[in-house]
Amino acid sequence: MSRVLVGVKRVIDYAVKIRVKPDHSGVVTDGVKHSMNPFCEIAVEEAVKLKEKKLIKEVVAVSCGPTQVTETIRTALAMGCDRGIHVEVSGKDYEAMGPLQISKIFAALAKKEEASLIILGKQAIDDDCNQTGQMTAALLDWPQGTFASEVTIDGEKVKVVREIDGGLETIKISMPAVLTADLRLNTPRYATLPNIMKAKKKKIANMKPADLGVDMVSRVEVLRVDEPPTRLAGVKVETVDDLVAKLRANGTI
Amino acid sequence: MENSASGTCTSTALHVETELLVCSDASHNITLHNLPQGQRPTMGSAGCWLYRQLPTPFQPGVEMERFADEADVVIVGGGPAGLSAAIRLKQLAKEQEKELRVCLVEKASQIGAHTLSGACLEPSALNELFPDWKERGAPLNTPVTEDLFSILTEKHRIPVPMLPGLPMNNHGNYIVRLGHFVHWLGEQAEELGVEIYPGYAAAEVLFHEDGSVKGIATNDVGIAKDGSPKDVFERGMELHAKVTLFGEGCHGHLAKQLYRQFNLRENCEPQTYAIGLKELWVIDEKKWRPGRVEHSVGWPLNRNTYGGSFLYHLNEGEPLVALGFVVGLDYTNPYLSPFREFQRWKHHPFVAKTLEGGTRIAYGARALNEGGYQCLPKVTFPGGMLIGCSPGFMNVPKIKGTHTAMKSGMLAAEAIFPKVTAEDPASETAGLHIPEYEDNLKKSWIWKELYAVRNIRPSFHNYFGLYGGMVYTGVFYWILRGKEPWTLKHAGLDSAQLKPAKECTPIEYPKPDGKLSFDLLSSVALSGTNHEGDQPPHLTLKDDSIPVANNLAIYDGPEQRFCPAGVYEYVPLETGEGMRLQINAQNCVHCKTCDIKDPSQNINWVVPEGSGGPAYNGL
Repeated sequence: MSRVLVGVKRVIDYAVKIRVKPDHSGVVTDGVKHSMNPFCEIAVEEAVKLKEKKLIKEVVAVSCGPTQVTETIRTALAMGCDRGIHVEVSGKDYEAMGPLQISKIFAALAKKEEASLIILGKQAIDDDCNQTGQMTAALLDWPQGTFASEVTIDGEKVKVVREIDGGLETIKISMPAVLTADLRLNTPRYATLPNIMKAKKKKIANMKPADLGVDMVSRVEVLRVDEPPTRLAGVKVETVDDLVAKLRANGTI
Repeated sequence: MENSASGTCTSTALHVETELLVCSDASHNITLHNLPQGQRPTMGSAGCWLYRQLPTPFQPGVEMERFADEADVVIVGGGPAGLSAAIRLKQLAKEQEKELRVCLVEKASQIGAHTLSGACLEPSALNELFPDWKERGAPLNTPVTEDLFSILTEKHRIPVPMLPGLPMNNHGNYIVRLGHFVHWLGEQAEELGVEIYPGYAAAEVLFHEDGSVKGIATNDVGIAKDGSPKDVFERGMELHAKVTLFGEGCHGHLAKQLYRQFNLRENCEPQTYAIGLKELWVIDEKKWRPGRVEHSVGWPLNRNTYGGSFLYHLNEGEPLVALGFVVGLDYTNPYLSPFREFQRWKHHPFVAKTLEGGTRIAYGARALNEGGYQCLPKVTFPGGMLIGCSPGFMNVPKIKGTHTAMKSGMLAAEAIFPKVTAEDPASETAGLHIPEYEDNLKKSWIWKELYAVRNIRPSFHNYFGLYGGMVYTGVFYWILRGKEPWTLKHAGLDSAQLKPAKECTPIEYPKPDGKLSFDLLSSVALSGTNHEGDQPPHLTLKDDSIPVANNLAIYDGPEQRFCPAGVYEYVPLETGEGMRLQINAQNCVHCKTCDIKDPSQNINWVVPEGSGGPAYNGL
């Protein structure tokens, strides 16, 4: 039976109002409420469900970042993962960290842990890249089932129903494989207090990217971060003629 | 029946009044999932929740047993009082080389996320708790350098000299972002070995057979809006303790229950409150005066409405100011909107000149205590005690409650420690009753302070209102230090003070200009508040016909105006004439004002699923 790696990312909570730093180098993160990326929660839930169905043996939660990400790994453990791996990345490396570096880390870990499945969220809500799953599969030369809304394991193969623009696409891929979770794959369970208490006893291994032979140098340089332009208030008009006149006046027609 | 060691536990017979959970959807279909056998449902015509069942009754096919765990002390609430108590307990345990398991539950997703205060911290309690707080990196970065007090009129400002000895004098104090301070306290507590569980709300008090408090249970999760269990339904967990400390802050929902259960308020006046609204602004550097404290009274409130403003210049790198407005909840005009008073106060020339060119980055609101000495309840009962702003140790004229809250937590810890570590606690009840806490409070500086200022707030209840109060303060406090032999009474329950709408004039508030003043909904968005949408609304009504029949008919729906988060709206019925109350529970910022000020006392705030609520960052 197999081992699954699940990636979890610590992101700014979706309900928080984002503020750009005064020096425009990024967004303010100090003291801001963070939580597990919603798609990662779905990925964890899927992995734990597979384990409960006895289709896989062990679920390992992985997160990359500074010390605070151990809280996110702890939540994944409370949801049912067996152990965690914290890949320590901090400072400038952490700010510049992107899908390329993460996928290299996952590829290295997959080989080290002899994983047969990697389940990730389809994208993170802070950068919306939607690249890590695909890059990881490419680096490993594994098949990928992305935007999964249904996953069924059938022997050494995985049937994945994917949400695509035109509707739903069903594919069958061989393991080992990379899957990325979409919204409708499942409803994640709560990390309840007794499980958080039990999770404190589960192991989280600590390592650095260098231990995995991964270099964190980024090929991307962020020049500037700005807020989107403020949306101007709309104007109510009384009649169609008014509407046409206004559209003419501001050059739209 | 239960196991005394940790393990599963079936619900015991409870002495708490249980309230019935019923609801109806828009087509008046009643869902019966949560009704005990033999109970007739009562129809909620507005589709409102009637009230929430505590505990969730037996349901066929759903796992109803609760996991239970034992600690020596359980603390509800991760604020200054709760954390100080936890820290003090662990300090004593370390000193005396004893083992002590202390668990703290906090409904916010992280410690400090529900904390909101001005704040000018008097470091007296902190100096006692951590004499080396500076080396430990406590975020007290802004000593007060300037202290201004003004009486505002519509266009002008009358300065009032801040003489030493006046309660509001801030010499020696620090302007802090209390949320950050509380977060730091949380880190110190964890270092000492306190088990802190943010994101878990204490929803229910548990009792032993003999009626003493046994501990608390966290809320059940995964209940859908209609009351049925979802796939992810799981029962909350029980935390049992020898003694449970309740530090829920102002107007705690479990404290409300405890007052009734143990008759703790029979010898004191009902608590009176105010609502405080606050914003954080990044201002133009040229206008920034780090260390400056400004307070005002007067405009825009009339002389008979208690309240005032604060504006503090922080010194933490950025040109940040913390500002806000407090309105006493004993106001009489139902047309008054504390939020809109706050917004229009910012347009006063003296205030506007600081804010012009600045950007607002945070918003929040919270109720605070104003009752002081006259309103202190009994604070100990078998199995537990109340600490902090929950019983209410705020020094109102000083407008400081953090130092007394911390001290009360420390005194509680000192009274508890010998009892919980004793071989034989010699207690009459299963949950320990420790009246020494109350004795220690009465001997401490908290009591002296509160006694000295006890008559200042009630002195506002005279014809001259604000001005009478200020004269009284000048004579009796500044000169006589509160030694007068009489104790003035407050006016009674805040909820009983509203006059019917027809006897009052609506207030014309200016429209927000989007630069200095803002509308309610964009303000609520800045609080970062959110709740899981598919859960029963946590603002429950005891009778859902009362809002329209009473609140709207007589008082023109004051909840639409006093709620700082836009939770309550009277909207026209889809079918035909009439209005209904719409409760937007997701907006709630947990300020508790509705539970306090509702003239029908029909709204009952219960705690929603843990980690819901505002996401304040250093408020």
